[in-house]
Amino acid sequence: MRRFLARRLAHGAAVIFIAASLSFLLVHLAPGDPFSTTLDSVSINPSVKAAWRAAYGLDRPLLEQYFRFLGQLARGNLGPSLLQPGPASTALADAVPNTLLLMGTALVLSFVIGIGVGSWQAARAGSRGDRAAGNVSLVVASLPEFWLAAVLLLVFAYRFRVFPAAGVVDLVMHDSLSPAGRLLDRLRHLALPALTLSLLGSASIARYQRAALLDVLPQDFIRTARAKGVTDRLVLWRHALRNALVPTIVLLGLSLPTLLGGAVFVEQVFSWPGLGRLAAAAFHARDYQVVIGATIMGAVLVVVGGILADLLHAAVDPRVRAQ
Amino acid sequence: MTQPALLTVSDLRTYFYTGAGVARAVDGVSFTIGAGETLGIVGESGCGKSVTALSILRLVQQPGRIEPGSRIMFEGQDLLQLDDAGIRRVRGNRIAMIFQEPMTALNPVFTVGDQIAEVARVHASASRRAAWDRAVEMLTLVGIPAPADRARQYPHQLSGGMRQRVLIAMALVMSPALVIADEPTTALDVTIQAQILELLGDLQQRLGTSIAMITHDLGVIAEVASRVLVMYGGEVVEEARVETLFTEPHHPYTEGLLHAMPRVGRRQERLAVIPGSVPPPTAWPTGCRFRDRCAYAWDRCAREHPPLYQIGAGHVSRCHLADEPERRRTARAMPNASPVTPASVSGGVA
Amino acid sequence: MASSAPDRGGAFDRAGGASPWRSALATLARDRSAMAGLAILAALAVIALAAPYVAPYDPRAQPDIVTLKYLPPTLAHPFGTDQLSRDVLSRIIFGSRVSLSVAFLGVAVAVTVGTGYGAIAGYLGGKLDGFMMRVVDALLSIPRVLLLIAVATLWNGLELAGLVLLLGLTGWFGVSRLVRTLVLSAREDEFVTAARALGATHTRILIHHILPQVVSPVLVAATLAIGNVIVMEAGLTFLGMGVRPPNASWGSIVYDGRDVAAAWWISISGGAALVITVLAVNLLADGLREALNARQLPAR
Repeated sequence: MRRFLARRLAHGAAVIFIAASLSFLLVHLAPGDPFSTTLDSVSINPSVKAAWRAAYGLDRPLLEQYFRFLGQLARGNLGPSLLQPGPASTALADAVPNTLLLMGTALVLSFVIGIGVGSWQAARAGSRGDRAAGNVSLVVASLPEFWLAAVLLLVFAYRFRVFPAAGVVDLVMHDSLSPAGRLLDRLRHLALPALTLSLLGSASIARYQRAALLDVLPQDFIRTARAKGVTDRLVLWRHALRNALVPTIVLLGLSLPTLLGGAVFVEQVFSWPGLGRLAAAAFHARDYQVVIGATIMGAVLVVVGGILADLLHAAVDPRVRAQ
Repeated sequence: MTQPALLTVSDLRTYFYTGAGVARAVDGVSFTIGAGETLGIVGESGCGKSVTALSILRLVQQPGRIEPGSRIMFEGQDLLQLDDAGIRRVRGNRIAMIFQEPMTALNPVFTVGDQIAEVARVHASASRRAAWDRAVEMLTLVGIPAPADRARQYPHQLSGGMRQRVLIAMALVMSPALVIADEPTTALDVTIQAQILELLGDLQQRLGTSIAMITHDLGVIAEVASRVLVMYGGEVVEEARVETLFTEPHHPYTEGLLHAMPRVGRRQERLAVIPGSVPPPTAWPTGCRFRDRCAYAWDRCAREHPPLYQIGAGHVSRCHLADEPERRRTARAMPNASPVTPASVSGGVA
Repeated sequence: MASSAPDRGGAFDRAGGASPWRSALATLARDRSAMAGLAILAALAVIALAAPYVAPYDPRAQPDIVTLKYLPPTLAHPFGTDQLSRDVLSRIIFGSRVSLSVAFLGVAVAVTVGTGYGAIAGYLGGKLDGFMMRVVDALLSIPRVLLLIAVATLWNGLELAGLVLLLGLTGWFGVSRLVRTLVLSAREDEFVTAARALGATHTRILIHHILPQVVSPVLVAATLAIGNVIVMEAGLTFLGMGVRPPNASWGSIVYDGRDVAAAWWISISGGAALVITVLAVNLLADGLREALNARQLPAR
């Protein structure tokens, strides 16, 4: 087990290293440099520009800059941010927890919904209900995330004022609410974005889970369970599902990059102050440091999530633990 | 038979409704099993023996269906008339089944102890503790060393022979009256086979369980069965006591099976085979289903489907030769024909 | 796997039966949903090509910003007008040109790069293959949207060509993994060994013997990818960093309607175009997968 963890950590480190190197490469391939937006105007004295660039080591050989970059990254230093006063890392550190909350909730929701629907479909495979659910899944899985978010926002926040339209908490009222009120406020704000983000995932998980269960149901050990006198319901939910969960959990790990991508759009539409919205804002402000930091941070989240998914996989499938 | 019948199967028909036609996998099978006896059911693959076994516990799934008119009497009830809850009370409890592939018959994500204990929890409403203890007890019974530790292991951590023992343990938890063993040794090494058969025989003597042993291996039949059913084409073609079957087989198919067995200690140039292959269950031949492969067949065999003729006490055969025995002499002799006895047969199985 | 063998002409036809490609086409033709998807995509292609003749108005015409803006759907304007009094339906018709061509070209780039990379890795094998795939794994771990945002930020002022290149260069990772797996197993096939024994060069083996086997699964993956990229481009445009005026894709239309809750028809129609296209693509891809019997890892 420990060896397995060590291997995954080493693998994760390699991924982050490659992501960071790629970012460095991109910055230096691109026209201009981090100071282009602020410094390259006619009114600034060339020697001032040169001094700034030198101070940040931008006149040094590329290889030296590379190592400097890696070193600083390891210390969590990404450089200054243009969006706000202070280092880029602060902006990122503030945004990540919000994204984690959103993604975590969406992940749980999509799994619960997806596994539930997929299992329901498998239990009555070929029936009208199965086919109807399959068609709905297909349509939902084809919806563009940002569009779905915009539509749900329109319907549930504007047309029918069920949920708030933006933010994590009610900026005006939150602090004066009771603890229970504050929790409710947070939940109300979380509900719509998390639901939106989870919908797309649920559709593909349902399809996957249905297929996985249909693979498991004809297997011998299911017949053994029935021969023991176990009820049909228990055969499905205990014997079959536990086995069908395994490939679905593997899917969990693989779906993290896509989920994070979806979160970017959902955060934008619902004004959720997470990593995605930060990155979009950084784009508009031409803030190199934050954008690069967001990319690397995204890779970090995916790596960590992947390791957790692997641990979960090992917990559910004893055959994996043997390795 | 002197013992009262434990299980009586009457005119069992199990048909599969497939796109390619109706497959009459089991087409009018009747037999009884007495208390404490071992019935062997033997035949090639495709003869319907496994489907018969599955039909007893109603484990046959779509597109298969047990046809109305079939009856399976057990402990005073017709198993085919029970509702779902009723048949579930029988499964694993009064009648238990052991399957062929120990590799795949166990659930890979639960411990073996859990899977054995589940039987007690389902049928005896045992507590987790009590069920677990019973599981360990059963593991001891089937001869697994360090049973308490083994119970906590997963199927992939056990060898094939041990997994089969686990399946046997699982079958015996509730001390069933009948155990149906579907090719329990086919997937195992020869030496392990012998151990498992010995275990089964031993357990039967101790617990008094009846066993229905389904196999294609006559050697296994010779080891454990007291009576034998030979199946072909979805029907019973011969039924006899085991000694009679080996010394005086009547049906040409049984003869063919016996002659096809390689025997240790005899010089044989070639292995005798039964020419041809089993016809598809969607299209059984008219008349006698074995006629296309039979050395003795004549025109009556194509016209008239043979009934079960009485040959002797407790010996029946579905062959017109019972009615016209002189026809047997006019056919060509089967190669390497020599009398077979149970002893000479089981010499091949350690 | 026999169905993925290429049709090399009459001499290789299986005795008495149709060639693999023909039987695949026949299977596809029988799949009604796949045919529906194909029909929709064909119709879209026709509309895109014939846009000037199909669209009722000039998509850039702004007849009267004061009185004709934000008109709800009517017979004259089936999808209403937007904030600059432009006819939304015409914008959608012309927008299909941008959306479809960007997606198609982007996927073409991705498939080309990915196939090349994956074929080299799979064919050469060994440590180089391991290293190349490790890099791809790492690249796959970076959320594509964030990478796109990063590049869009760094390369200020990304035009259409740049956008196509960007979408292609961030989308080849999955294809390369797929191709690498296929090439790796094809390398061990008997006819490759035979070809090598006959003295064929590596290039010839790769192109003539191995790549044909790769075609079917890659085709399915590429079809799915087109759907993905259309949505990805629309999403980027929605964030303000994809297609920019004067060009307009469907994403631009959704972007235009995003903050105006009252003029719902703008975003809905833009989105509907996207949804229908993606659905059609998915249906076709599912059908293709069945027909070509190309069971492979889920494509990105």
